[in-house]
Amino acid sequence: MKRSITLGRYLPGNTFLHRINPRFKLLLLLISLAILFILKTYAGFGLLFFFLFLSAASARVPLRYLAGALRPVVYIVLFTVIIYFFFTKGGLVLLRLGPLTVEQAGVAAGILVIMRLVGLVFMSMLLTLTTTPLALAHGLEYFLKPLGKLGIPAAEIAMIMTIAMRFIPTVSEESQRLLRAQMARGADFEGGFFSRARKFAPLIVPLFIGAFRRADALALAMEARGYRIGAARTRMCEEPVTAADWGALLFALAALVAVILSGI
Amino acid sequence: MSEVLLETRNLSFTYPGEDEKSPPALEGIDLQIADGEYVALIGPNGSGKTTLLKQFNALLRPTSGELYFDGRSTADENNIAFIRAHCGMIFQNPDNQIVGATVEEDVAFALENLAVPPPEIRRRVAEALELLGISQLAATPPHLLSGGEKQKVAMAGILAAAPRCLLLDEPTAMLDPAGQAAVIDTLQMLNRERGITVVHVTHFPEEAALARRVIVLDRGRLVQDGPPAEILTDLGPLRALGLRTTAAGELAGLLREDGFPLCRGILHNRELVEQLCLFAQKI
Repeated sequence: MKRSITLGRYLPGNTFLHRINPRFKLLLLLISLAILFILKTYAGFGLLFFFLFLSAASARVPLRYLAGALRPVVYIVLFTVIIYFFFTKGGLVLLRLGPLTVEQAGVAAGILVIMRLVGLVFMSMLLTLTTTPLALAHGLEYFLKPLGKLGIPAAEIAMIMTIAMRFIPTVSEESQRLLRAQMARGADFEGGFFSRARKFAPLIVPLFIGAFRRADALALAMEARGYRIGAARTRMCEEPVTAADWGALLFALAALVAVILSGI
Repeated sequence: MSEVLLETRNLSFTYPGEDEKSPPALEGIDLQIADGEYVALIGPNGSGKTTLLKQFNALLRPTSGELYFDGRSTADENNIAFIRAHCGMIFQNPDNQIVGATVEEDVAFALENLAVPPPEIRRRVAEALELLGISQLAATPPHLLSGGEKQKVAMAGILAAAPRCLLLDEPTAMLDPAGQAAVIDTLQMLNRERGITVVHVTHFPEEAALARRVIVLDRGRLVQDGPPAEILTDLGPLRALGLRTTAAGELAGLLREDGFPLCRGILHNRELVEQLCLFAQKI
């Protein structure tokens, strides 16, 4: 029971990519996404993927992690390919299937979109593999802060994310306990997908009631320890901004400018 | 007596939304607790122990009457941050009071709420962990801790804020014997060595016997108040409320009822043994 449960798939480590300030990492992701959508030549994509693999290798991310990340998007990729191949027209006719044709422009556009999808997945994987969810929450909080003027409670959102992560193992333990309690009284959780889903209903209700009760107690404990919504807080661990963070940001910006100017 | 830290004046409290005819949760409580005292709060279920404890920390506020912490009334909104910073509270369920994703972060929580500068937070967190002997757990996520360790973390989180008063709501009820002993030892150490005022709500007579003062509540009223050797050995009123005293106290009471001339005020095993030895020498 006492296993540690991770959200997303953070790979603990202390490499260059791991050490970059989460705020800067979010900016880097944004710039990389911009580059990804500006690129239009195969040479450009080649260069980008070369850099992505280089970063992955430097962060000691095994290739199978990146490949594994593609599994959920396979269907989206296939669907996109079909749409583009058959419905974008122009150039030479490469294939004729009855009334349907695959033309050159469609294939080119399709490949471009696949590259972008794969690049997108790789980039976000690199971010979540090298950043703890907590650090990500703190990074997001920083960028949400200016939105406070519009009534968006950035600090509270970050607090909610932190607490949610803190309680994942607790709630999972509770669900295991409920499961065993029900099984001890003869409940049967086997069967096909739908019959199992139905059998889990008696588990969901006590789990939710327990969670609400817990939330109530936690709110009280937080209040007793001086937590007040909207009050100024500090944080024990500040994430320091180093020269390496600025270096990485400048490099990414330079790459963006280069891509725009060269038109690759 | 030294300076008064907590004072209630004719405090009454009714939970909002309750039926108007239903009796108040607390009624006419007049109480003074001095700085550095160790008080046990006992009473049957529903007697208002927890409700009174929550009043001390301003989680609940009197419907009528007043409560003062160090001369500041909980009725004044401006005093609440001060009161909560100096009056820490430990709850029964150790799981539901840990906020941080690691021990260290949780201990820092109250200090973060007080907007203490980060280097200062790190120093005080390290000190609190050291004091309770759990420095090695600093980076551990809470779900990997035992119940006793969780309560120690909760205490460290309160100690880091350097409180003058510790309020405990049955802190050992969900712990194993080793965890219970660890929590009680820590409490006594904090009271003796740091002079922290302790108000301890408990169902265990053994724990109440360790206090220097016992307060008995029944149906929202303060019915008895005195040293444990007095309150916990007066078996008649205790039994009427469905309460017990310590095992030694119970046995001494039974022996006295059977006509053995043991003196009153026996609470601890050692006292009982001494009395029995004296008695044995006489016969």
